[in-house]
Amino acid sequence: MNFDLSEEQQLLKNSVERLLADSYGFEKRRTYQTDAKGYSDAMWARYAEIGLLALPFSDHHGGFDGGAVETMIAMEAFGKSLILEPYLATVVLAGGLLRLGGSEAQKADLIPGIAEGRLKLAFAYAEPQSRYDLFDVETQAKKDGGEWILNGTKCLVLHGDTADKIVVSARNSGDTRERNGIGLFIVDADAPGLSRRGYPTQDGLRAAEIILENVRIKNVDVIGDPEGAFPIITRVADEAVAALCAEAVGCFETMQQITLDYLKAREQFGKKIGSFQVLQHRAVDMFVELEQSRSMAMYAAMMAGEDDAIERERAISAAKVQIGRSAKAIGHESVQLHGGIGMTMEYSIGHYFKHVTMLDMLFGDADHHLKRLAGLGGLSNGQVN
Amino acid sequence: MDIAFTEEERAFRQDVRQLLRDNMPPELRRKLAEGRKLSKDEKAAGVRVLYKKGVPTWPKEYGGAGWTPVQYYIFTEEVRAFPGWTQFGYGESLVGPVIYTFGNEAQKKYYLPRIANAEDWWCQGFSEPGAGSDLASLRTRAVRDGNHYIVNGQKTWTTWAQYADWIFCLVRTNPEAKKQQGISFLLVDVKTPGVTVRPIELISGGHEVNEIFFDNVRVPIENLVGEENKGWDYAKFLLANERFSDAGVTSSKESIGRIKKLAARSCAGGEPIIDQGSFREKIAALEVQLKALEMTQLRVLANASRQQKSAQDPASSILKLKGAEIEQAIAELLMDVAGPYTLPYLSEDQLEGNEPPIGPDWAATIAPGYFYSRAASIYSGSREIQKNIIAKAILGL
Ligand SMILES: Cc1cc2nc3c(=O)[nH]c(=O)nc-3n(C[C@H](O)[C@H](O)[C@H](O)COP(=O)(O)OP(=O)(O)OC[C@H]3O[C@@H](n4cnc5c(N)ncnc54)[C@H](O)[C@@H]3O)c2cc1C
Ligand SMILES: Cc1cc2nc3c(=O)[nH]c(=O)nc-3n(C[C@H](O)[C@H](O)[C@H](O)COP(=O)(O)OP(=O)(O)OC[C@H]3O[C@@H](n4cnc5c(N)ncnc54)[C@H](O)[C@@H]3O)c2cc1C
Repeated sequence: MNFDLSEEQQLLKNSVERLLADSYGFEKRRTYQTDAKGYSDAMWARYAEIGLLALPFSDHHGGFDGGAVETMIAMEAFGKSLILEPYLATVVLAGGLLRLGGSEAQKADLIPGIAEGRLKLAFAYAEPQSRYDLFDVETQAKKDGGEWILNGTKCLVLHGDTADKIVVSARNSGDTRERNGIGLFIVDADAPGLSRRGYPTQDGLRAAEIILENVRIKNVDVIGDPEGAFPIITRVADEAVAALCAEAVGCFETMQQITLDYLKAREQFGKKIGSFQVLQHRAVDMFVELEQSRSMAMYAAMMAGEDDAIERERAISAAKVQIGRSAKAIGHESVQLHGGIGMTMEYSIGHYFKHVTMLDMLFGDADHHLKRLAGLGGLSNGQVN
Repeated sequence: MDIAFTEEERAFRQDVRQLLRDNMPPELRRKLAEGRKLSKDEKAAGVRVLYKKGVPTWPKEYGGAGWTPVQYYIFTEEVRAFPGWTQFGYGESLVGPVIYTFGNEAQKKYYLPRIANAEDWWCQGFSEPGAGSDLASLRTRAVRDGNHYIVNGQKTWTTWAQYADWIFCLVRTNPEAKKQQGISFLLVDVKTPGVTVRPIELISGGHEVNEIFFDNVRVPIENLVGEENKGWDYAKFLLANERFSDAGVTSSKESIGRIKKLAARSCAGGEPIIDQGSFREKIAALEVQLKALEMTQLRVLANASRQQKSAQDPASSILKLKGAEIEQAIAELLMDVAGPYTLPYLSEDQLEGNEPPIGPDWAATIAPGYFYSRAASIYSGSREIQKNIIAKAILGL
């Protein structure tokens, strides 16, 4: 057992933290957000420069052969600075689908573009009725000679409004909620028949609704088995949850720090408010949540590559439960301890609160994962010897 | 002891229903049912209906309805259920009682009817950047100059100041005295030269609170309420009213009804959320808390003599505290129901406009409502301050 970072991982951590400390202060972030895209292309190029966009990919395709721990390091740093760029959408989600399910030709074609920052992707998995069930797919894919025709509506597509290509989950057999019969299709954002409506999200990022009307896809743009993509989808979703847990931990860490700084600076009744015992205890509670979350984010990272699907899902769900609960606890307390100022857009803490609230909602909130974990019999098998 | 309302109380309920049906503009009712924003004029129109029998919480002699606390409770229940709940600033709830309790005859004659007719919108100018929980440390200065006070300083978090005609302020008139003893209660016309209102954007996206700057603002001395340097006593009276008045029971009941309806319409894991045991248990647990609070509220009301709120049943001190907690739990449950569909953000203008919504039409206001609900344990005395007061004043610690 070893929780230490390797020398290379430590270097990665230092370089991403240094980059963000220099160029991602709260005021700079505000400026990036005013760009029509909702983020900074200049920062995207910087991520490419220091290798972050190549992190999880194989070195055959210009990647760094990183695993879930490397992704954790990057995501935690991103969380600390509340970055706006489509890293999750491009590298973790769509990149993950290519990495785990793509053909050699698809990888050779697309991954270098991602790694060099030339290509942005999104993954359209959700639908108006699907909520958190990734197998609940109504969007239709019909085979037509050497092509596929897609019809349907995808919603809540993270960074779907600025992606160059969108990976769409669509069904070509089976009922709406069946796990078999789902395929993954790579669609050009400007393909005829695809329309998208972009919008800001509650936490100041971007997403889109995507409507597909007779969109034609070539056979070479299908990822893996057109009827059997679901195992890849769950696997990537589990990796994404591990990444989100790390991002949340980064947010929590900053929230804790901002709140402690405020407790030490703000005076009421002629004293620092941090001298009030009730607030000290709340700060301790936040700290406990932070450390428990950090542990579970590490657990998720170490289990994200587990091949036994059941074991992996158990671990991932357990981590997401912890993170979701902590998001509430830390979110609520950090705002409360600030008083009125914590409720304003001018001040940073509320932005973190909103983001961690939305992280809880991505790929299943705490209740959803608690149910999944309970359905799997909990974390241990519960056998009595 | 009898849980049932008396025959007179039941008849009163029928009267209130009739009054709402006969007078509340249908357009207003529709907007409230859809959770839309009302304009200042619409709020005035709504409040005039609610005040038809007199200002609900005031005594008869000042233009009030003179109802018993239980009647008022029935009234709020009916108004919420209609729905017809509107508020026109803090005239009725906060400054009115201060004026009729501590003001002079001229002030009562001038201000109270204008509140009762929804002519003047009042906002509350207590908090300052450096004086939140420690309100008595406020620094906005009022210096006597002939027949005027010259006011300089800043107030903040002022709810709805953008609509306000008047602001009631705590100002420092004697900087030498102990901090509570140098404060006065002053009524300021917001249109007076030197008053500047600047919006503060909240994390819920809306424009609700403001900063107000006072730059050599001349306020006639007849706008002083009560005695100079006695303002803290009036402020304490007002804060106690604010704390002990509304636990939000009727609005929370309405919200739980809404949660059940939405949960019946929304599916998770292929079945309606309302059919899921774990969700039903969450709602039931919250309903237990709310029922307990409702019973506490009714117990307090049944005993209350409206004139002496601060000398009420000690149980009244928990109303605001627990009410805020329940309000926040409701906002969380709504998030649970709407789930990922809370993600899209619509500006206030988009919400009011005709653009088609993204996702279920009811989901757009859920996350902003959740973010805003966090303020319930901050405003009108933070949760910690409420508990400090209860520990000291009621438990004797
Ligand atoms: C099962 C058990 C085993 C124990 N074993 C040992 C042992 O092996 N060796 C040993 O030396 N002692 C032992 N103790 C004693 C233990 O350390 C004391 O009980 C403890 O330090 C509390 O002191 P007290 O009982 O005098 O309570 P008090 O100090 O009088 O505390 C009463 C209450 O006030 C609270 N309180 C006190 N000070 C503060 C403060 N500053 N801020 C907030 N709250 C405060 C406490 O949390 C407690 O709720 C044991 C006690 C128990 C119950
Ligand atoms: C949405 C909203 C609307 C508002 N509307 C109005 C309005 O219309 N008019 C108006 O005058 N004001 C209004 N307020 C201001 C409100 O009353 C103050 O925000 C509140 O009193 C807290 O003050 P503060 O924000 O300065 O926080 P602080 O007093 O700085 O508190 C920061 C933290 O310290 C805690 N704390 C402070 N003192 C103690 C203590 N002794 N012991 C333990 N903990 C303590 C607080 O509980 C809080 O958690 C509004 C606030 C909000 C958020």
